[in-house]
Amino acid sequence: MQLIEKVREFIKNHLVSLESYVNLNDEDKIFELGFVDSLFALQLVNFVEGEFKISVDNEDLDLENFSSINAIVAFIEKKRKN
Amino acid sequence: MEKDAKDLKEIKCVVWDLDGTIWDGILLESDDVKLKPKIRDVIQTLDSRGILHSIASKNVYDVAMQKVRDFGLEEYFLYPEISWNAKSSSIKCIQENLNIGLDTIMLIDDQPFERDEVNYEYPEVLCVDASEYRTLPSHSRLNPRFISEDSNRRRLMYLEDIERKREEKNYEGPKKDFLASLNMQFIISEAKEEDLKRAEELTVRTNQLNTTGKTYDYDELKMMLNSKKHKVLISDLKDKYGSYGKIGLAVVEKTKKFWNLKLFLMSCRVMTYGVGTVLLSYIMKQAKEDRKTLRADYKHTERNRMMFITFKFANFKEIGSASDNCVILENDLSMIQDYPPYINITTR
Repeated sequence: MQLIEKVREFIKNHLVSLESYVNLNDEDKIFELGFVDSLFALQLVNFVEGEFKISVDNEDLDLENFSSINAIVAFIEKKRKN
Repeated sequence: MEKDAKDLKEIKCVVWDLDGTIWDGILLESDDVKLKPKIRDVIQTLDSRGILHSIASKNVYDVAMQKVRDFGLEEYFLYPEISWNAKSSSIKCIQENLNIGLDTIMLIDDQPFERDEVNYEYPEVLCVDASEYRTLPSHSRLNPRFISEDSNRRRLMYLEDIERKREEKNYEGPKKDFLASLNMQFIISEAKEEDLKRAEELTVRTNQLNTTGKTYDYDELKMMLNSKKHKVLISDLKDKYGSYGKIGLAVVEKTKKFWNLKLFLMSCRVMTYGVGTVLLSYIMKQAKEDRKTLRADYKHTERNRMMFITFKFANFKEIGSASDNCVILENDLSMIQDYPPYINITTR
């Protein structure tokens, strides 16, 4: 599976309370759609670290890096290069 | 490395072996085992202090649990682990099910081998020889500094939680529908004097979901209650199974330009419901109404990363450092998440 597909699948499976997730676009701001709880946030960070074998440092924990599917993919790619 | 007694945490769960520990004799050799004298009193005394009990025994599950039931002790033991697995793995399962730290678990076992095996894997677990069971009620780590209404009900709250998890497992359909079916009520109130004991207890017991790890004692909290510069918020969570009790605490200091969140914590028991975000959103909204920005002190520990993520994903930015190794986070409140639809929020 492509990186972006893995991220998409994770978001759709875990964003429990998002009514319209079937229509989630890669650009949509996940955290502005509402109802992202702290558990989801933690699961997302653990997923990125575990699945893609990168470490998310405190300074990486910025909303910009996780705001949309595209942002998450860009962040993972950037971390992999370093 | 030996730690000072003051650094050692209060024990939250006592895990008991069965054969030779709770009763004399070996159950699989003879059904005629006898409870150790006064062991029931010890278990009940600790239970009334809000200390949980569990079992780690190498035995046949059904036979051993039937015996525990015959002795009328079944209700005291949460997540009993009765199998032929290593005790260290039993302890790990109990720890995960209760969602408490390994350094808050005590094992009582008559076999030195079992105690050593557990300590080899998990040196932070306190292992005690079964012969010392009568002295447990006076053990320093089994005497919580506070016993509040919530500590008295702690075991019941865990039992309600087991029922909840069982239903969740059997529930077919989207998770959001399950959450909606719980009728969750989240109540946020300005703390009153009668809440302070529990508030103090929360600051001492909560490590994973705690922004600064600061503890406040009764008098400090009381001073803040009576001060116009401070706001002490406490929250309750209820659902159709019962009450989780008072599970969240926030201390805000108001200054001319901004509100400062000195402490923000949530009991681990409610971690899976994401209510931390709800209380945080509430405070953000209140600060915005007051036309202030919101700052928060934050101190990194080994355990509270989830809280850091909660803050960062709520759009807090790090703007500097404060005393006591705290960092300062700030939120301009331009974006505030709404409450989840499956939780009913009441404020008073």
